[in-house]
Amino acid sequence: MIHRECGVYQTTYEGDMALYPLPLARYSALAVVVLLALVPAVMTSHQMALANLIGLAAVGAIGLNLLTGYTGQVSLGHGAFMMVGAYTAAILSARHGMPFWVGLAAGGAVAAAVGAFFGIPSLRIKGLYLAIATLAAQFIIEWSINRIPWIGGGVQATIYLPTPTFLGWDINTEHRRYYMILPVCILAYLAALNLVRSRVGRAFIAVRDRDVAAEIIGVNIFRYKLLAFAVSSFYAGVAGALWSYYLKIANYEHFTLSTSVQYLAMIIIGGLGSVLGSVFGAIFITLLPIVLAQLVEGGAALFGFTYASIADFLANLKLIIFGGLIILFLAIEPAGLYRMWGNIKRYFKLWPFSY
Amino acid sequence: MKTRAWVATLSAGALVLALWAVPADARHPLKIGGQCDRTGATKLIGVEFCPGVTDYIKLVNKKGGVLGHPVEQTEIEHGYQVDRGVEAYERLKRDGAVAVLDYGTPIVYALTPRHMEDKIPGITPGFGRADATDGERWAYIFPMAASYWSQMGGALKYVKDNGGKRGTKIAYLYFDNPAGREPFPLIERIARKEGYQIRFFAVPPPGLEMGPQVIDITRRMRADWVITHLFGRSPSVSVKEFQKAGFPLNRVISMVWGSGEADAEAAGWDTSQGYLGLQFAAVGRDLPVVQEIVKMYRDEGKEVPKYVGSVYYNRGILVGAVLVEGLRLAVQNFGERVTGETVQKGFEKIKGFDLGGFLPPLTVTPQDHEGGGWVRVYQVKGQAWVPVSAWIRGYRDEVLELVKEAAKK
Repeated sequence: MIHRECGVYQTTYEGDMALYPLPLARYSALAVVVLLALVPAVMTSHQMALANLIGLAAVGAIGLNLLTGYTGQVSLGHGAFMMVGAYTAAILSARHGMPFWVGLAAGGAVAAAVGAFFGIPSLRIKGLYLAIATLAAQFIIEWSINRIPWIGGGVQATIYLPTPTFLGWDINTEHRRYYMILPVCILAYLAALNLVRSRVGRAFIAVRDRDVAAEIIGVNIFRYKLLAFAVSSFYAGVAGALWSYYLKIANYEHFTLSTSVQYLAMIIIGGLGSVLGSVFGAIFITLLPIVLAQLVEGGAALFGFTYASIADFLANLKLIIFGGLIILFLAIEPAGLYRMWGNIKRYFKLWPFSY
Repeated sequence: MKTRAWVATLSAGALVLALWAVPADARHPLKIGGQCDRTGATKLIGVEFCPGVTDYIKLVNKKGGVLGHPVEQTEIEHGYQVDRGVEAYERLKRDGAVAVLDYGTPIVYALTPRHMEDKIPGITPGFGRADATDGERWAYIFPMAASYWSQMGGALKYVKDNGGKRGTKIAYLYFDNPAGREPFPLIERIARKEGYQIRFFAVPPPGLEMGPQVIDITRRMRADWVITHLFGRSPSVSVKEFQKAGFPLNRVISMVWGSGEADAEAAGWDTSQGYLGLQFAAVGRDLPVVQEIVKMYRDEGKEVPKYVGSVYYNRGILVGAVLVEGLRLAVQNFGERVTGETVQKGFEKIKGFDLGGFLPPLTVTPQDHEGGGWVRVYQVKGQAWVPVSAWIRGYRDEVLELVKEAAKK
């Protein structure tokens, strides 16, 4: 939000180190949370579905940003780690009748372990080479789910989940699912914000900026690289588990390689090394194709075309505009949407006396 | 006096209400939804399949709609992306669709629980799993076309009708994914029953290289028949390899996703002469319903697109026709107020529906949402797929047994 620091003096260390040191910032953050909690009252089920899809993407994107944006380890295995979380949750809930919050935590934990394992190559290789090494996770995990009946549940590798319940409430409408997803989102967001300004977060950033230098000043590379993989995969696992409770099905085809690439796109467009940027990216990548589709089809109708007569053209036009917009946004601000937001904020900080 | 005035007012009010409740024009539109993939992984199918649905519904509207009701169909393109598929479904639901065509296996999976929750029937032709046939478990899911089990049953019946006997060697060449492995239990069961020798040959996706498997089938196993279950670019690769190995292509039967014009064209029409493929809707333009669509285009003064009458286009017509038939039965049997629930019951009343020979005699029951599991074997001759069998279904008991077993799990 747009805040003025003028006139705010911190007199305690706690106050100075708070997540939001400015009272106004605190109030506006609280207002956003309250607003988010209340919006369902005026939204349709379709709009709630959009909100839910964004929320699901945001959790995963924050996780990937911790790994790629903050620690500098490129990963193409994010979709696979989501898959681990989704199947863990499905196994616990469908076969053992566990409630969804146990499934979420367990999905995250198992994914964290798997992610840390697949992060081992990062100790030796960097950059594009690491990206290819993490690609292996996609194939190995997909193969295991497909081939081990105990995990995938047989030939179809698909597990249906029962309707999640919370205190006797069936979470079976888009509105209720929103209240399942929103708290997880807020928790994920706050945890990430706090993590990156802690000792661990600073170590991550040191590793990203130059791992040799980080090692010399005493950062345990082995520990922090694997920790970054574990934390990021934990987020992925929670996102995957949420996804399977949201759809009430765990299916490996929902977490393909293109899912991983999509998450990378989210954090690059949103802003590498920024928690809020991940959320912006999730909104951008999830919402843009849907909004574009409606705009393009509406535009075509304005010019008197029926959808059916030019459906192929419209479908491809959408893709072209989508690609064009991504290039445009990155060309205007390579540091992502987060930086754009920051620029706007800075402009208004001293407005109207910004000279 | 006072009482009478009250009665008069009340009855007048009731009359107004009654008139208002029944719309003056009882022919309100029936809304159905459809999804399509024109840019994603299955775009080559989508760009022919989806116009088939749209054109058929346009034809129905031209001819006066469903018992006087126009059908309003909305197509949403999702590019084979699951999140956009979920959004598409929610948008269609918001706009009051009473039936939705789901497009794409992962999307069918994602939407199955929603169809059950919202009580809106979903048509999933050839997508999704074989046990969705079971209408008692998946009341709102209608595959309306032969599942992989039924297709395999049909293929093996064709083998038997064409000289399959004890000791006949059959190779199953499949894409190594759940859809490819799905027919295993059925093949094993039938092979045991008929005394066939059977072997499985996996092709890892994307399946552009299958020389070793084909050599294995033709030289080491010396198979009599090959049943292929491939997808995308790989059916054409298999045709080329079998032709190169000198294996008679009229002993190679492809399941439904390897039997399009594109597959024969990619392998070369000359190369693929004799190649057999299963279909669940008739192919070609010489069919009454396709001719009507061709006429519709000509009447509008438009050029008839090349894809009219192709394999995937005609499968689109199948979906359009089934949707319309379900709506018709819903209106006829359950009244003007059409909801997802009445359409679901309408679908279950479809009986012997064949659209003038275009379709197999589809009969849907509350137990069987597949419509009977009919297929027809076609063969590449010249530059077209021509039928070489009647509408057949094989080993129905075994298939239904598997469906029942799956339901217990």
